[in-house]
Amino acid sequence: MPEQMTNNTGLVNKVITLNFTSEKLKTNFNALTQKLVIPFIGVVVFLFMWSVAAQNIDTSLGKFPGPAAVVEQFKALYIEHQDQREKQTAFYQRQEQRNAKRLAQDPTYQPKIRAYTGKETFLDQIVTSLITVMSGFLLAAAIAIPLGIAVGLSKTLNTAINPVIQIFKPVSPLAWLPLVTMVVSALYATPDPLIPKSFINSMITVSLCCLWPMVINTSVGVASIDSDLVNVSRVIRLSALKHIQKVVIPASIPMIFTGMRLSLGIAWMVLIAAEMLAQNPGLGKFVWDEFQNGSSNSLARIMAAVIVIGFIGFLLDRVMLQLQRIFSWDKSSASV
Amino acid sequence: MNTILDISQVSMEFQTPKGVFTALQNVNLKINQGEFVSLIGHSGCGKSTVLNIVAGLLKASQGGVILKGKEVNEPGPERAVVFQNHSLLPWLTAYENVELAVSQVFGKRKSKAEKKDWIEHNLSLVHMDHAMHKRPDEISGGMKQRVGIARALSMQPEILLMDEPFGALDALTRAHMQDSLMEIQNELNNTVIMITHDVDEAVLLSDRIVMMTNGPAATIGEVLEIDLERPRDRLALAEDTRYTHLRSEVLKFLYEKQRKIEDFSNNKKTSSTSHAKTSTAAA
Repeated sequence: MPEQMTNNTGLVNKVITLNFTSEKLKTNFNALTQKLVIPFIGVVVFLFMWSVAAQNIDTSLGKFPGPAAVVEQFKALYIEHQDQREKQTAFYQRQEQRNAKRLAQDPTYQPKIRAYTGKETFLDQIVTSLITVMSGFLLAAAIAIPLGIAVGLSKTLNTAINPVIQIFKPVSPLAWLPLVTMVVSALYATPDPLIPKSFINSMITVSLCCLWPMVINTSVGVASIDSDLVNVSRVIRLSALKHIQKVVIPASIPMIFTGMRLSLGIAWMVLIAAEMLAQNPGLGKFVWDEFQNGSSNSLARIMAAVIVIGFIGFLLDRVMLQLQRIFSWDKSSASV
Repeated sequence: MNTILDISQVSMEFQTPKGVFTALQNVNLKINQGEFVSLIGHSGCGKSTVLNIVAGLLKASQGGVILKGKEVNEPGPERAVVFQNHSLLPWLTAYENVELAVSQVFGKRKSKAEKKDWIEHNLSLVHMDHAMHKRPDEISGGMKQRVGIARALSMQPEILLMDEPFGALDALTRAHMQDSLMEIQNELNNTVIMITHDVDEAVLLSDRIVMMTNGPAATIGEVLEIDLERPRDRLALAEDTRYTHLRSEVLKFLYEKQRKIEDFSNNKKTSSTSHAKTSTAAA
């Protein structure tokens, strides 16, 4: 103990000298510590705890994967992706050569071009997931924002629709999915669908779950417009449409964006669950397939997917925030 | 004199959970072309309600308002309002805020170039031409209010309604704004109704001061003619005996005849005297 005490005083002395030598250096140093060093320490501590815990968890598929195993699987997934890409180019090359040959023999031959049907790689699945979540989210936004504006403008409509929103808001995507699946199969019954059903099922489920925060936030934003601004609009006699266009929408943009950010976060969470069940070839399906696969690498691969899912979720939120900074006049509302 | 606005037998009742609350009763007032009228009274006496009825933002329970022979049923740019809290659209620049009103009011009657000139003319009238492409959050409170006035003036209103336009400003800025407003009045000679709770402001700017009794069932108590010749100079007037007399007339009405009677009247008395002293000091 006494030793530590002297250590501490030494540190204090050092800090004080630093303080005297350069005040500016110290503030810079503090900012650096706040921004980089402390988060870095947090991550390191987490990785350490993870690897210790992982070593002590035995599952029927072997030990729970630690950070090292996950890193290895990231590499493996990337190599698999490259292999598939090579196979794909090779396939198209062969097809082209074959067609060219047949065309040389018989000029009337109609060349058949078949798409490559190899297994989706991890990267393909990420892309599919992103496309699905964005489609579902945009569909929801296209419905929710106009609806939210209408609800915000009309007290009667608000009272009428509020119970519906409150009841559907907490419903889990897993409850919607069977219903969506049956309705989609009934209504979208083409033998050779251009867009796969599993995609539509996942997309609609995502929309149903991320509709509500956007409706609620938009309507609150619209309803809480400063009454003076509404009076200005009345004094200069803006038509209803112009009032919405010039006053209502700009005034509620900050709240609309808040709703959109919330919704996108929900959409991304819902998507993984929806893809698992709908077998839409995205990250959810990847997790499910690996779980069913049950090889010794499966858990590490799922863990890799978990990290990617988290990272993409974070990036999506950042993108929304950036969009909000660009489009919203109220810069203070676009903070973290 | 040429009456432009006629407020006749206006009463206003509000439905409250405790029953009907009569805010205004039998308000009658005629305003002449080019006249500057101030409405003064204690807070909560219904000054703003009168203004909102004239603006068409509220509908009187009884009676009505006639502007140039036409009954007022809805808000409109011929009764432009300057709001207490500037009410500029925060996402538009000063220029765009005025532009929104100008393009709405003049539509196709003015060409693009004419509109641009007109917007710039109005902004320079309130001395805001140097900052017309700034957003409201980039300019001071006084400047925002100037833009608010420019926007109202740009509608070429028959009557300009001002709801405590300088109430949210500090004393120095307020004095500055009052001078600006007098300067604009010299040039345009608009008909104006202004709500204020500042006695000096009322005397300095008005042709008539309309003093309102306390609510509930508030009405017009007294009307004071301010026959000081224009242009008026605040420094010269501060020494003028007619000015001090008019000022004390208003003060007497507010603090003797219409003293606010409340439960904590002892506290209130001291605070109202101190308020009176503050306004003397401000002069």
